Amino acid sequence: MSLINDFSPGLFIMQAIILVILILLLGKFAWKPILNSLNEREEGIQDALDAAENAKKDLENLQADNERILNEARAERDGLLKDAREMKASILAKAEEEATAQTEKMIAQAKEVIAAEKKAAVADLKNQVAGLSVEIAEKVVKTELSDKDKQLALVETLLKEATLN
Amino acid sequence: MKGAQLLTKIFAILVLVVSNTAFANTEKHEDPAQHHEQAHDDHASAGHHGAEAHGGGEIDTKDEIDGYIKHHLADSHDFALFSYGDKERHHVGFPLPVIVSTSKGLRVFSSSKFHHNDDGHQIVEADGVNLVKIHSKIYELNEGAHTVTFDAEHHPTNAHKVLDFSITKNVVGMLVAGLLLLLGFGSLAKSYKKGPIPTGVGRFLEPLVIFVRDEIAKPNIGEKKYKKYMPYLLTVFFFIWVLNLLGLTPIGFNVTGNIAVTVCLAIFTFIITNVSGNKDYWKHIFWMPSVPVPMKIVLMPIEILGMFTKPFSLLIRLFANITAGHAVVMGLIAVAYVAREALGVAGGFGVSFLLTMFISLIELLVAFLQAFIFTMLSSLFIGMAVEEHDHHHDHDAEGHGELDNSVI
Repeated sequence: MSLINDFSPGLFIMQAIILVILILLLGKFAWKPILNSLNEREEGIQDALDAAENAKKDLENLQADNERILNEARAERDGLLKDAREMKASILAKAEEEATAQTEKMIAQAKEVIAAEKKAAVADLKNQVAGLSVEIAEKVVKTELSDKDKQLALVETLLKEATLN
Repeated sequence: MKGAQLLTKIFAILVLVVSNTAFANTEKHEDPAQHHEQAHDDHASAGHHGAEAHGGGEIDTKDEIDGYIKHHLADSHDFALFSYGDKERHHVGFPLPVIVSTSKGLRVFSSSKFHHNDDGHQIVEADGVNLVKIHSKIYELNEGAHTVTFDAEHHPTNAHKVLDFSITKNVVGMLVAGLLLLLGFGSLAKSYKKGPIPTGVGRFLEPLVIFVRDEIAKPNIGEKKYKKYMPYLLTVFFFIWVLNLLGLTPIGFNVTGNIAVTVCLAIFTFIITNVSGNKDYWKHIFWMPSVPVPMKIVLMPIEILGMFTKPFSLLIRLFANITAGHAVVMGLIAVAYVAREALGVAGGFGVSFLLTMFISLIELLVAFLQAFIFTMLSSLFIGMAVEEHDHHHDHDAEGHGELDNSVI
């Protein structure tokens, strides 16, 4: 077997020694600091990415807040407008009502005045009719009582009536 | 990247043309019984070619090319860049320290003492021990011997192998790769002190680290437990990848295509897997839950075998892929010489160039892929060992059983 013949134990030992020394030296001076730095850097990048993500989220929250506030303001404005409109309507309605009431009152007063006038007019008319009637009656009585017989007859009748009562 | 490829090829061709460090070797160990006679002949001719090649010839014939490729795939005790000169060979490169543990203790000397000899003729006396180098392996001559004698298989009969801690070309390759990793990732680690975003070379390296973490470790081991294994997985991934890539350069390392290296890597994975294995892992190996008892008994040896086949597949896969890649690239470069007669110099060179270019690009992918697969499977095995299984009913039943026993 030429392979076994080619195998050099001395070279094997030299290789083993060199490899062990190399692993130790490289491990201490190269691999450890390199891997640590890589880890640190990767963690740093991850942190930065996370921070950016958080900032983005914050911004989104902020935007959402803004939107919300805007919406609220809009709603408030709408509410105010609505209230104003309602108030206007109610004021108008009230004014109308009052006007109506006033008118009705005035009409009622007018009616009362008219009624009073009418009453007065009727009373006046009655008085005039009564005056006229009394004048007429006076004239009738004057004519009736112009002779003595007739006066006695009248007294007689009146007395009769009074006794009866 | 393309520039580097081109350089690789030009350089490799240069090396092929002028080098004589090859030791032609067409030994066929795979099937000695069937090809015994032929093998015998081959050895004879191999020895002949080897001697000839060493004598100062250029690498030209098929056997010499085979030998040269084998030589490249093997580890080497000196760092040869290229050689030139037909009669008088000049080698450009530099020697490396040889450290061997001999029967008389540790010996350290420069590989230049072997004078680029690789067939056991140059004997180095180091403080009372005689050492020779044969096929990039160092042998110690037995007491009293002054020359190496070979048997029919071309193995030395009066010398034995020594434990070789030399700083070979592969060790240099590993050190270079380790240094590159330390520099590159050290600077990446430092650049984080200035700010969270890396600058310079770190910009290229950081995504690779993240790739290993997010695509290999996390999905296979799990979010909670992967951290402990990151140093091993990262080191192994980049170590293998850089070595694979270095293997594609004209410097010609073949570290990850060396069986000792892949065995070592696989053993590391094996140890880490089994050390971190939890109760469930061992239960699944020795007493598979929720299957009938006869099945438990049948599954036990299979699962125990599986413990070893997993890392074994790792070491063979990496070794075979890289070795094959190097062999194919070098073989395709050699097409320029082998097909010279059939296609002419320009034709052979053109075909070789195009094919090598194509395969080199694939090898570039393979270099990454093998590092990825090794790390991926390592983390998969570790993940299987540390996984928390969801056998609520089993646990309940066992829990009651334990309670009963304790009461009794």
